[in-house]
Amino acid sequence: MDWPALRLSLWLGLSTVVILLPFALWLGRHLALRRFAGRGMIEAAVALPLVLPPTVLGFYLLTAFGAGTWLGGAFQAIFGRTLAFSFEGLLLASAIANIPFAVQPIQNAFAAIPPNLREAGATSGMTPWAVFRRIELPLAWPGIATAIVLTFAHTLGEFGVVLMVGGAIPGETRTAAIAIYDRVQAFDDAAAASMSALLLVICLVALLLVQRLTRGIGCRRHG
Amino acid sequence: MHRRSWLILASLALAPATSGAAPRPLIAAAASLQPALEEAAALITAETGIAPRFAYGASGNLARQIAQGAPFEMLLAADEISIQKLAEAGQSRDAGHVFALGRLALFAVRGSVLNPAGGLEALRLLLAAGRVQRFAIANPEIAPYGRAAQEALRRLNLWEALRPRLVFGENIAQAAQFAMMEGATGGLIALSLALSPALKARGDFSLVPEALHEPLRHRLALTKRASEAALRVQAWLLSSQAAAVFARHGLQNR
Repeated sequence: MDWPALRLSLWLGLSTVVILLPFALWLGRHLALRRFAGRGMIEAAVALPLVLPPTVLGFYLLTAFGAGTWLGGAFQAIFGRTLAFSFEGLLLASAIANIPFAVQPIQNAFAAIPPNLREAGATSGMTPWAVFRRIELPLAWPGIATAIVLTFAHTLGEFGVVLMVGGAIPGETRTAAIAIYDRVQAFDDAAAASMSALLLVICLVALLLVQRLTRGIGCRRHG
Repeated sequence: MHRRSWLILASLALAPATSGAAPRPLIAAAASLQPALEEAAALITAETGIAPRFAYGASGNLARQIAQGAPFEMLLAADEISIQKLAEAGQSRDAGHVFALGRLALFAVRGSVLNPAGGLEALRLLLAAGRVQRFAIANPEIAPYGRAAQEALRRLNLWEALRPRLVFGENIAQAAQFAMMEGATGGLIALSLALSPALKARGDFSLVPEALHEPLRHRLALTKRASEAALRVQAWLLSSQAAAVFARHGLQNR
């Protein structure tokens, strides 16, 4: 069992959730409640990582991470090391790859809130912030929780992009999924088997959690 | 209508098998061999009428895939252990043949702080000065050139100091790609890749002394599934003509 790899994967999953959630909340709510030009285009762009081969994303990220680009150059100027092959680079890649898993459940949750509830809040003198905090957030919570769990679980499962931009550095970019691949290639089936079983259980529990949470949405709607 | 579309589908499915006259044996080869084999493939086809299809990867990966039933008819490895493993698993026809000797090269893109002409001692100085960013090698567990790089760095007592800076390519071609990225300090890669036009255009290299690692003896072997065509490709690859192609790509004769 490669514990550093597992710890790294869990930490990457957590970090991805933390940096992606505020953005997903803003964008998901915006897409659910507003009608504006180019909305379809943005929705399609949000869904892109679901259908694009990870290699396409990996290729663009590799190109963007080089020290010659503004992104790679700025990172190197600030932190004194390359963005490619760093945990931060992996985190950025993971955040981009997880956009649909974070945004779509949140968008659906906000879209399911009856408009008259928000209007009632507004007419009874609540500020928009109060409406968001006291009416929208509690009602959208199951969708938000689903987004958190899905993003976390999907980060654990990310492989193609990590293989391309990570560089398999122990403790920094060698995630559990990469470690399993390496163990298999090195004919070490025992280690691959135990790590695979553990990831299987973690992801299964995560999906069961999502199931319970989304069932919550249904109950609320009927009650 | 339905029957006709079935017929069209069936004829489409059969078309490649019936129209393609040239046999196309499927061959697995170490990633470091790609430039050499691309040149060799044209010669093989011109002379024998056989058009081999190559799949590239880390020798260890490819051996593993064959052991799991991958339909390769031959393995060209950048080491001998991969062929040995194949033989032990009963997947190869025989113990195979050594067909070339590889060399390790220290590579850096132009503009890197590392000047390859200074050799690994230049790397040591940069390391001491804290000026090494990322240094690429192939995964030592599965890629022969990665293993050789590890041996050389260990022998020079550079391994421990360099380890926090290392990035690992899944095979030697990915290591070369990592070494070629802007911002990377450099890497230890196969000479056969350092000589390829893409890398020559972007950087410089120097040879790593052979005494620093076990010889990179490249061995090939036919697998149990080898066809008559694969046998002829093997004969060509062991000919003096093939040796000349390999030599042009930095792969010495055995």
